[in-house]
Amino acid sequence: MNADRITEKLAILADAAKYDVSCSSSGSNRQNKNKGLGNTGNGICHAYTEDGRCVSLLKILLTNVCIFDCAYCVSRKSNDVKRAAFTVQEVVDLTINFYRRNYIEGLFISSGIFTNADFTMERLVLIAKKLRTEENFNGYIHIKTIPGASEDIIKEAGLWADRLSINVEMPTEKSLALLAPDKKRIDMIAPMKVVKNLIIQNKEERKIFKKAPLFAPAGQSTQMVIGATPETDLEILYLANGFYKTMNMRRVYYSGYVPISNDNRLPAIGTPVPMVRENRLYQADWLMRFYGFKVQEIVNPLNPLLDMDIDPKLSWALRNMHLFPVDINTAAYEMILRVPGIGVQNAKKIITARRFAAVTFGNLQKMGISINRARYFISAGTSFETKDWLPQQIKHAILAEGSSKYKPNLSPQMALF
Amino acid sequence: MNIVTYDGSWQGFLTAVFEIYEYKITDVNCCNMHTAHASLFGKIHHAHTNVVKADRVLTSLQKKLSATAVQNIYKNFLSEISGVENVMVRFIQYVLANPQKVENNFSNSDVLKIHQVSKKVHREKHRMDAFIRFQRTKDDLYFAMVKPDFDVLPLIAPHFEKRYADQRWLIYDEHRKYGIYYDLQNVNEVSINFSIDVQNAATVAAIYSEEEILYQTLWQQYFSSVNIKARKNTKLHIQHMPRRYWKFLPEKQPHVPKYASK
Repeated sequence: MNADRITEKLAILADAAKYDVSCSSSGSNRQNKNKGLGNTGNGICHAYTEDGRCVSLLKILLTNVCIFDCAYCVSRKSNDVKRAAFTVQEVVDLTINFYRRNYIEGLFISSGIFTNADFTMERLVLIAKKLRTEENFNGYIHIKTIPGASEDIIKEAGLWADRLSINVEMPTEKSLALLAPDKKRIDMIAPMKVVKNLIIQNKEERKIFKKAPLFAPAGQSTQMVIGATPETDLEILYLANGFYKTMNMRRVYYSGYVPISNDNRLPAIGTPVPMVRENRLYQADWLMRFYGFKVQEIVNPLNPLLDMDIDPKLSWALRNMHLFPVDINTAAYEMILRVPGIGVQNAKKIITARRFAAVTFGNLQKMGISINRARYFISAGTSFETKDWLPQQIKHAILAEGSSKYKPNLSPQMALF
Repeated sequence: MNIVTYDGSWQGFLTAVFEIYEYKITDVNCCNMHTAHASLFGKIHHAHTNVVKADRVLTSLQKKLSATAVQNIYKNFLSEISGVENVMVRFIQYVLANPQKVENNFSNSDVLKIHQVSKKVHREKHRMDAFIRFQRTKDDLYFAMVKPDFDVLPLIAPHFEKRYADQRWLIYDEHRKYGIYYDLQNVNEVSINFSIDVQNAATVAAIYSEEEILYQTLWQQYFSSVNIKARKNTKLHIQHMPRRYWKFLPEKQPHVPKYASK
């Protein structure tokens, strides 16, 4: 192996893959077989880049050569960047050697599209197959499905991979047509349905034959670019909600657009990455998945945009002050979970503790549950706050406590002046 | 104050608990004999480690507590925090004295403390799962040097045994001067007294396999290439990867990536 050449390839192909934000390595149940190499579990972040994102998988492209010309993508064919390609064996060697040194949890392999979708996808599947059969590798493998790949090849991919994903790329079909003229939404939705059905089918099979081969045990995920096109948070979150409801999607990722092009269809280079908005979308996503919120409670035609200066849970609470204060000693878990400032862990702690004795505000603080935010919304027999606060006052009081370094970027939409 | 000392081992601690009951010792200050201070007043009782006594304590705890709660006591023990034994003793006395299951009664300060310390130890265990970096030696041993805040090697052994079942590995605690070694069959504790500078270029060349340097360079290159400069967030980076762990991380060693990232 030529050290210089492989280092250069790794630099190019890791650089091109980094805009795919999925980093999850959890959710699979693949165990170590026959004293082989690796297993999967809750997922471990082995390192964090200087931008604070976790590194848990070796995330690379097989090649950044691409026949498509999607405006938001660094690897688009019209972009003047250096191109490179790994061989199948090089990817296998890199994965195994990084894994053995405990650098990574596994491989996330994606690729630019060369020749056609099936031809590209076959190479990706071959890498996974080699890892599983020749190296007895039981770590995590995430394969990016190429839009337009045929059902047979997707089926084979799922046999070797833990997770499959197809990026929906843009929140609306209109934006997709504008920025990625070569891609059609149907080419993304169709494989999602295929994967969804195969996963359901596989679960049924495994109920009958315990030894039936696994099919994508960590499910499927998708990603969309936000901030490149003028969609509202309402459109984005309704789409995400649809994926969770109808596609059994494990995760929807939101990728704040990093300006990389002078194309006049896109925000100019130098426009800040919409990091706050991205963060708020993830918060809203969590509310839907773990906090029992319906998407309409978070955004609706009256409030189509998420507040940038406060989180979506707090803004929901401020719109629904008639439901508060919540008595922490009698309220249901579902309602305690809706109190701003109290998360899943703390809600569970409160429920456990109150079985023994009534919980007081003093207890909460001792248990390490901060009530800076929650105090406007809870009572323990008596309310913490004796004064009647208006929603606007609460918001100001909470905002006055902290300061965000993103304050200048808090505007949700691009401002003209 | 009656001082009860033990030899510093887990079995020893459990024996001490047994003898506190056996001799009806009250007003206990339980501590490791190596760190105990002589006291002017009060008696000193030394508990000689006794496997039978230790097992009896463990069995009665297992009957009374969930597996997690028993493990939490062990994690507190591994924290080596000074005075933690007293919290553990009080916690054990509290749960054994109560007919109900009280291990989750967080309004009791000892229950809460046990819970909090075990959380801390667990976090350190998890960071070790993440930040251990093996280096391959010429005789095919995967070697890692660590310096965890708490004595977590016993906790991480099962994870590494399951994951790296087909390679010999050794994880060595630089601070506590012992390691765990997997010989393709079992994990054993080994004590070696050596100190080498694992990151020193000369040592690396002498001990480690030829491709070791290549893969470290590749990893450094990968680490710098996946970074998105437009999103720089040093505070978050440090929060997730505290500086005290950098010493053993190849990606945090001073290096100039051959190919700059965008």
